[in-house]
Amino acid sequence: MTSLAMASAEDRSSAIYTHDIPAERPWSRILRRGQTLRIVDSEGQQAVDALLYCVDDPAERYSAQDTLRVQGSAYIELGTRLVSNKGRVMARITADSCGRHDTSAGCCSCESNAVRFGEPTKYQHACRENFILELSKHGLTKRDIVANLNFFMNVPIDPSGNFTVVDGISAPGNYVDITADMDVIFVISNCPQVNNPCNGFDPTPIRVMIWDPAAV
Amino acid sequence: MLSAETKREISQANRRRYEELRAAGQEATPNSLPDATALDAKPITPEALISREEVPADWYATVRLRRGEALRIIDTSGRSSVSMIGWRDEDTSERINCADTVKVQWSAALSKGRVILSDMGRVFVSVVEDTSGAHDLMVGGSTPASTLAAFGAALRNTHENFLAAAAKVGLGLRDIPPCVTFFAPVSVDAKGCFVWNAGRKRPGDFVDLRAEMNVVLVLSNCAHPLDPARPSVTGTVTLIRHRVPRAAPDDHCRTISPEIIGAFEFTDRLYA
Repeated sequence: MTSLAMASAEDRSSAIYTHDIPAERPWSRILRRGQTLRIVDSEGQQAVDALLYCVDDPAERYSAQDTLRVQGSAYIELGTRLVSNKGRVMARITADSCGRHDTSAGCCSCESNAVRFGEPTKYQHACRENFILELSKHGLTKRDIVANLNFFMNVPIDPSGNFTVVDGISAPGNYVDITADMDVIFVISNCPQVNNPCNGFDPTPIRVMIWDPAAV
Repeated sequence: MLSAETKREISQANRRRYEELRAAGQEATPNSLPDATALDAKPITPEALISREEVPADWYATVRLRRGEALRIIDTSGRSSVSMIGWRDEDTSERINCADTVKVQWSAALSKGRVILSDMGRVFVSVVEDTSGAHDLMVGGSTPASTLAAFGAALRNTHENFLAAAAKVGLGLRDIPPCVTFFAPVSVDAKGCFVWNAGRKRPGDFVDLRAEMNVVLVLSNCAHPLDPARPSVTGTVTLIRHRVPRAAPDDHCRTISPEIIGAFEFTDRLYA
């Protein structure tokens, strides 16, 4: 793991882009091949849902199942290659001060919230609403939403199959770095979920920062 | 603006509800799941039979089911795995969702009494009979890359089968969601690594999937990427489309958990 203190002191000035994503809001940007995106869990215990699409052909996109098959294990961590539905490496995890990320639990939606937590929760903001709105800027639709990454989300799967979203382990300032192997549309939903522990029951802002290859 | 005190009370109440649902989902529900179907227990009567198809190794089939029909998938040889995707017939943007299936049921293990959900909080198909209980929702099917790695050649594979099948119903790469694979005994060990439990496969294993909405299913009979057999020993699988009773109020799948009771209600509204 990279030293958090060193990274935040030295790298802030060299970043070509820094943006704070408010709680519950979406964001997207093109990440060029070689660039590194840092996602900072500014206040801790905040799940960050993410999708990647190939700029040249957005039908090629992040694939959770291809990623897990290639890796042979169930969690996203330092060194994980994020693989597309055409079997190509889109990006890789190049630093991680948290140590636990998910790609099996998908994103929250109004419809799944209604099933999980009762019909009144259908009228709460959800990641899929964020994804639909943000993807519309790139000509993409609900049809293009696939199983996503959940950075800082802690979802242990036990040998019997028990599958549980539990309290996040990320502390304030924990971060994950994703370095692009191709030009990608990187889409984020800063998760608005208040019905399970993925955001400590209290969604908070996150920070995104981008570096050019030479600076990393 | 809510006061800090009110916000704290709401989040504490939400945590309590979450813990109650977790306890129900991981303690009460597994205890009330029905036993696996016996291999010889549920013959399909001639009156219920609609159609039958034999799918050779490495090939695929597309099956349309009306709500209230079911598909039996039989691994006759005990050496096949069958990967499946599917869409709702009337609106193909609604499709199977493995993540919601796992998350809502608090379990990555699919077995008799469980359901497969769509992305719209509705029940896509119910697992009404199952002799196996060893299926994969996490790793997915074979691909050109996985067959090249496993067999040294880019052989027929599930990804390309899905593409071909999708094209024949007017869909494409954008419409291929993560798949479920039946008769693929995959689990996750304590370190997070995937494990293939070969002892959980038997000749004649079958599942019956009851359609809870009108669906288009694609089934690919290719070796699962974690199946260690070299070369592949996949055999023919049999698909039997047949009529079954609609899910009654006391149906096992319908009543398995508070979440799934809700998912059935939302599905029924589509056809009310």
